[in-house]
Amino acid sequence: MSGWTTHTGTGVALDRDNIDTDQLIPARFMSTPRSEGYGRFLLHDLRYDAEGRERPEFALNRVTGPSVLIAGRNFGSGSSREAAVYALVDFGIRVVVAPSFGDIFASNAVNNGLLPARVDAAAAAGLAARLAGADATVQVSLEDLTVSLGDLTVPFEIDAVWREKLINGWDDIDLTRTHAGAIAAHRAARARHQPWAIPRGEAAR
Amino acid sequence: MTARTMLDKLWDGSEILRREDGASLMWVDRHLVHEGSHHAFAKITERGLTVAEPGLTYGVVDHYAPTAGGPGSPAIARMIETLERNAKAHGITCFGLDDPRQGIVHVIGPEQGLTLPGLMINCGDSHTSTHGAFGALAFGIGATEVAHVLATQTVWQKKPAAMRITVTGRLGPGVGAKDLALAWIARLGADGARGHAIEYAGATVQSLSMEARMTLCNLSIEGGARFGMIAPDDVTFDYLKGRPFAPSGDDWDRAVDAWSALPSDADARFSRDITIDAAEIAPIVTWGTSPEDALPVTATVPDPGRAPAEAAARIRAALDYMGLSPGQRISDIAIDQVFIGSCTNARIEDLRAAAAVLAGRRAKVPGLVSPGSRQVKAQAEAEGLDRIFTEAGLDWVGAGCSMCVAMNGDTVAPGKRCASTTNRNFRGRQGRDSRTHLMSPAMVAAAAVTGHLTDVRPLLEGRAAS
Repeated sequence: MSGWTTHTGTGVALDRDNIDTDQLIPARFMSTPRSEGYGRFLLHDLRYDAEGRERPEFALNRVTGPSVLIAGRNFGSGSSREAAVYALVDFGIRVVVAPSFGDIFASNAVNNGLLPARVDAAAAAGLAARLAGADATVQVSLEDLTVSLGDLTVPFEIDAVWREKLINGWDDIDLTRTHAGAIAAHRAARARHQPWAIPRGEAAR
Repeated sequence: MTARTMLDKLWDGSEILRREDGASLMWVDRHLVHEGSHHAFAKITERGLTVAEPGLTYGVVDHYAPTAGGPGSPAIARMIETLERNAKAHGITCFGLDDPRQGIVHVIGPEQGLTLPGLMINCGDSHTSTHGAFGALAFGIGATEVAHVLATQTVWQKKPAAMRITVTGRLGPGVGAKDLALAWIARLGADGARGHAIEYAGATVQSLSMEARMTLCNLSIEGGARFGMIAPDDVTFDYLKGRPFAPSGDDWDRAVDAWSALPSDADARFSRDITIDAAEIAPIVTWGTSPEDALPVTATVPDPGRAPAEAAARIRAALDYMGLSPGQRISDIAIDQVFIGSCTNARIEDLRAAAAVLAGRRAKVPGLVSPGSRQVKAQAEAEGLDRIFTEAGLDWVGAGCSMCVAMNGDTVAPGKRCASTTNRNFRGRQGRDSRTHLMSPAMVAAAAVTGHLTDVRPLLEGRAAS
């Protein structure tokens, strides 16, 4: 995963609260290997009708190549399915701006280089109002922690740990392996003081 | 020494180190994987890594498990085979389709005694908070984190803030843990506990069975909390004693001593404190497309015309999707089918509660009853509950996630309305354009018997509510 500090792209507003993971990617698509791409599944049942025709009125179908999504509160609530993030990322989304995010979704997003930028409800509404269906260029800075659209610049919040990770594109597994000694010591202490933490015997076979 | 919450104690016990920026590296005592973990296995295989601790990793077929006959499609069969193949390749114990221990991951973990107080438990599933009912630190993780746990047996996590929901007062007949959970989620919102670990406390919580405690902790994520937990006590220890993976002999005594020190200190401080009076709670159902859209069954469907402007559009969209009219009495909503199952409400006590309503009655609509595990299924059959369900006209099927997540082919058809014991009433959750109303097993049974959403309490008169 490569890091980034600024992003400029086309914004699109989805003026809804509680866009949950089951809307982001319906369960029936989740047996697909990632290599086949998940972008076509993003918000599938909102983008397409039951016959598979595009719904022309849906925001995502009115903008070409958006990369910044502005949405209502509790975005990504629900399931831990990282496929919801894959669908966004494979579609081309790099930043989601919303008043709040599901905790697991936000963590999955950061693990895939997708920024969950938390703004207050008024700021989200202000950004969405300026987009109002028309294309618009949005600038996002992880250095200044701001989202800008025309003459409107709003601050966003993100956990400091996640900000560093997005900027550096850190790979956790490599990072963790540098702590192998501490991990081994912890395991040994666990086995000594809470032997039941490590299953033994017949049941464990 | 400063007073500590149970969260503090559990966190300290599993924390290997904490970076300056606040991220903790946590040791994982139990890692539970299922068919959906295929992305994570692919990630480690791509990097040429192996599973660090196969002895602490357990697999189970649940999300795609067929509940009648074989897998419904080649894609479903492939998901199950992939898990079994990955488990075998990495030396992981897997409770597959032909294993008598198979069932929903959050049912079988406790059932097997894999879930124990004081342990840290991860699974690539948001309802992992269920295991917190035992005083464990348990939370759902995504595929990147699953791959990380497979490769290192650790996970990076920032410590959440501690929140306490204290429940006092007596639960009325026909009212249970599901109603309690929907009540607090309706009050605080579906993101109300975001960033927090919830400890459920108070005399009412202490009086709950393990099954009910699991239901309560299971639904934490529907209110935004990744963690839910309840202090371990004699109810916990009685449930665990003698389970296959639980400690025995001297280890058991030592474990109980250690577990007895886990509850929050009396003067521990929480970032947020919420109190609920159980006596004020009626049976609750959801009317909309988020678990926060929950009301007593005696209420009427909200009117967007009377709602604050910022809520009106959302209510209107939810009613449109659900095919409901503003001001309609909730108890007038007719249903097409019922589903009793899921990691929320498919344990033996849940099935007993539904059977107590259904005994000697006929369902007016079709429905599925899917026990949470093969062991629950066997126990229910030994108690004769299966006959009550089938004599009522419902289908008694195999164990798995089934119609809660609609991955195995068990779905609600477009436009159909289902009274369901599950955890999510999201758009399309039970199948494209399906309409879900969440409620307790007793309330689903009552809906089955009458053909519409209804207050279960009159139906329990003269019967022992199990």
